[in-house]
Amino acid sequence: MAQEAYIGKYHEFPRLLGKTVRIDERELAVFRLSNDEIRVIENKSPFKGGVLAEGMVSGEYLYDPLYDWKINLTDGNVQAPDSGNVKTYPVKIEEDKVFVTL
Amino acid sequence: MDKKKLVLIGNGMAGIRAIEEILKLLPDYFEITVFGKEPYPNYNRIQLSKVLQGDTEIKDITLNEWQWYEDNDVRLYPGESVTQIDTETQKVYTDKGKAVQYDNIIIATGSHPFILPIPGANKEGVTGFRDIADCETMISASRIYKRAAVIGGGILGLEAARGLLNLGMEVDVIELAPFLMDRQLDETAAHLLQDELEKQGMRFHLKKQTTEILGNERVTGLKFADGTSIQADLVVMAVGIKPNIQLAKETGIKTNRGIVVNDYLQTEIPNIYAVGECAEHNGIAYGLVAPLYEQAQVLAKHICGMNHQGYKGSVVSTQLKVSGVDVFSAGMINESNETKAIKLFNEWQNTYKKIVVKDNKLVGAVLFGDTTEGAKLFSYIKKGECVNAYLDSQQNRETGESIVSTMADDEIVCGCNGVSKGAIVKAIQDDGLTTLEEVKNATNASRSCGQCKGMVSDILALTLGDKFEKGEIKETVCGCTDLSRDEVIAEIKAKGLTHTREVMNVLGWKTEEGCSKCRPALNYYLGMVYPKTYEDERESRFVNERLHANIQKDGTYSVVPRMYGGVTNADDLRKIADVADKYDVGMIKLTGGQRIDLLGIKKDDLPHVWKDLGMPSGYAYGKSVRTVKTCVGAQFCRFGTQDSTGMGIQLEKKFEGLNTPHKVKMGVSACPRNCAEGGIKDVGIVGLDGVWEIYVGGNGGTELKQAELLARVKTEQEVLDYSAAFLQYYREHANYLERTSKFVERVGLDHVKEVILDEENRTALCARMDEALAAYKEPWNEAIESETILKDLYNTVIGGK
Repeated sequence: MAQEAYIGKYHEFPRLLGKTVRIDERELAVFRLSNDEIRVIENKSPFKGGVLAEGMVSGEYLYDPLYDWKINLTDGNVQAPDSGNVKTYPVKIEEDKVFVTL
Repeated sequence: MDKKKLVLIGNGMAGIRAIEEILKLLPDYFEITVFGKEPYPNYNRIQLSKVLQGDTEIKDITLNEWQWYEDNDVRLYPGESVTQIDTETQKVYTDKGKAVQYDNIIIATGSHPFILPIPGANKEGVTGFRDIADCETMISASRIYKRAAVIGGGILGLEAARGLLNLGMEVDVIELAPFLMDRQLDETAAHLLQDELEKQGMRFHLKKQTTEILGNERVTGLKFADGTSIQADLVVMAVGIKPNIQLAKETGIKTNRGIVVNDYLQTEIPNIYAVGECAEHNGIAYGLVAPLYEQAQVLAKHICGMNHQGYKGSVVSTQLKVSGVDVFSAGMINESNETKAIKLFNEWQNTYKKIVVKDNKLVGAVLFGDTTEGAKLFSYIKKGECVNAYLDSQQNRETGESIVSTMADDEIVCGCNGVSKGAIVKAIQDDGLTTLEEVKNATNASRSCGQCKGMVSDILALTLGDKFEKGEIKETVCGCTDLSRDEVIAEIKAKGLTHTREVMNVLGWKTEEGCSKCRPALNYYLGMVYPKTYEDERESRFVNERLHANIQKDGTYSVVPRMYGGVTNADDLRKIADVADKYDVGMIKLTGGQRIDLLGIKKDDLPHVWKDLGMPSGYAYGKSVRTVKTCVGAQFCRFGTQDSTGMGIQLEKKFEGLNTPHKVKMGVSACPRNCAEGGIKDVGIVGLDGVWEIYVGGNGGTELKQAELLARVKTEQEVLDYSAAFLQYYREHANYLERTSKFVERVGLDHVKEVILDEENRTALCARMDEALAAYKEPWNEAIESETILKDLYNTVIGGK
């Protein structure tokens, strides 16, 4: 069942730097893009399960910090020649509060 | 006019090549839909063995990126199979319930590995070697299991076996025939090959017929017809391939071993074509790439209504892709009453050459040890050239000229893609090509198995002449731009560009925000050009340099505190021990550079660890001066002539935190025994009685290289100055991620000496170095003191409902 969770204040998410957000057992990687939109993905690479929050953000894409895979932050698709998919979470911003649908 | 609807079944090398050829002939004529079973774009199956052997990554073998499909309006359904063709209504149906109308179909379903029908063949741990998934199966098995058995001593089997050795497994190869690669080699060559592979660590079981695969759920061994058996935890079946003809059969298309096609690659149903490994032409189903590409070309011409002669079958050649072994085979290699052979067996250099002649014509060849003649022989064989023509050409060869200079224009250089020498020369001249990569993109030469790369380079050199010699080959910063490093830096200075985004915008970057290659490079170049004013962009740094700790595969970090010259004391060791206890450090380890490494620290704990340690960062993660390794020196050592630890400490304190194009390692020893190993350092100092020797450009890593003597000086101050001048020159002129070894090799030691030994230059370089050093802020302390840095970079947010 979908549920909403609060993940922090919008203005506290630094631009182009990923933040790790933990909700119970779940770890999310939250990114504020250069266009100020927020993207949330699972903090787990489809390749060897590494973390993603520390990757380099470029436009809509993330370069994974461990193996340099290129991942689309909007649909979670790993770009060729690698492949796979990272779970993405819908985001809602109300005033300064950021929520994700789990 | 409505576009004709073309459906390609199978997203592999043959099918996509057919599409490429069609798009070249009639770009807008067809509406093209492709179904591919695998979840990848078209990749180079031939190179899978290199992926398994660890020379290449999966991402390097993609032939057509997703973007290619988009750019060419080709609709691709990856991971989706066609299950039914209805020839009445002209529709195909898929396993995901799709129905697509067609005017023409190309079946290019390839083949699957032939799995021996023996008991146990369906056990866990039995695999073929055919696709990325098989590769992954083997790679993951190698992490857990020890013993692999490969059934089949042919090309595929041997390539798999080499890969498994590289993965650290013990490998047994089982072959039914009395010698290896029996379809391509004669006995002499096969024995040479076997000797070589045994040296590499493979074990062979020849004339063995496998009768059973042993084990419960998972394989534990193999049993042979002679009653013997071996243990194995992984079995790779490489006994051959079987064309995938199921769908054609069910559609009522005539099949034999493969899908039967005529000279135009048409099946019995004229608007349904078949191409590649699934097709059978004149009784032959080919399993090599060159014939498939020839077929693709004919198919494209026919489907586009162009005139041509039809496909007449192919003469094939093969090369084994195992590093350290060169084997080539083409045409007819077995001797008979009607043939004569020229054999050259050089036992000293371990090379073997056999050329088979029939009716005065070259019909086949086997090469072992030296395969440079392969392409030439292959072209002679294909043309049915007279043996004398070949022997004449041999004489020219002895003059030492590159083999390509004596090749005729119509000789084929790239066998996989059928690219002639003439076509490559023409492309180089007409399109002004200067690099192998450009030739590859323009002509397809060397795009498949890559064996002809050397020859293509030679042709480039030959065609460009002096231009090539001068090295006018341009290396761009990355794929986002056509500009080289030098051009980018010149523009930064000329236009006064101050941010990475600005550089990318003004200089017309092809991507909006760059990539993981150019962003860190630009960030470095800007910092180098404007040491005083440039504000480092954290978001353009790799994780390690952003967080000032070394990320490990599980997402924890390692912390290496600074220990100048490798010297520590009891207080610091106590603090380190306390920190290790308090933060539950996974491992304490000494690094190669004489420092202490605390591994397994959580990101959130990093600032606390640093605070408790109260020591500066050891920069074990950075593109910067790492450590200065020292020997004990004159203070204690009976051989020491100088205070090497003191010198090392001075150097380390001076260059602490300096940003450099790549990591810089240093060493100081106090006698020629060189215990600090200065001979393989970026800067290695050796103290002798009354003299310091300064060596530069050494490397003990990826490519071992001995450092070369830059200068002999008398005082410690001179050691500091010469080192500073050298490092500053390197900072200003090296490409980002170019180590000093490569840099010195590129610009030449003589040139470096000329610059550094000139006092005026040296003084100016030292002054610029001082400017760069002045900007240094100790990063661990900076983080501890800054609320913003702590919050932005290190603290995990705990979210809630």
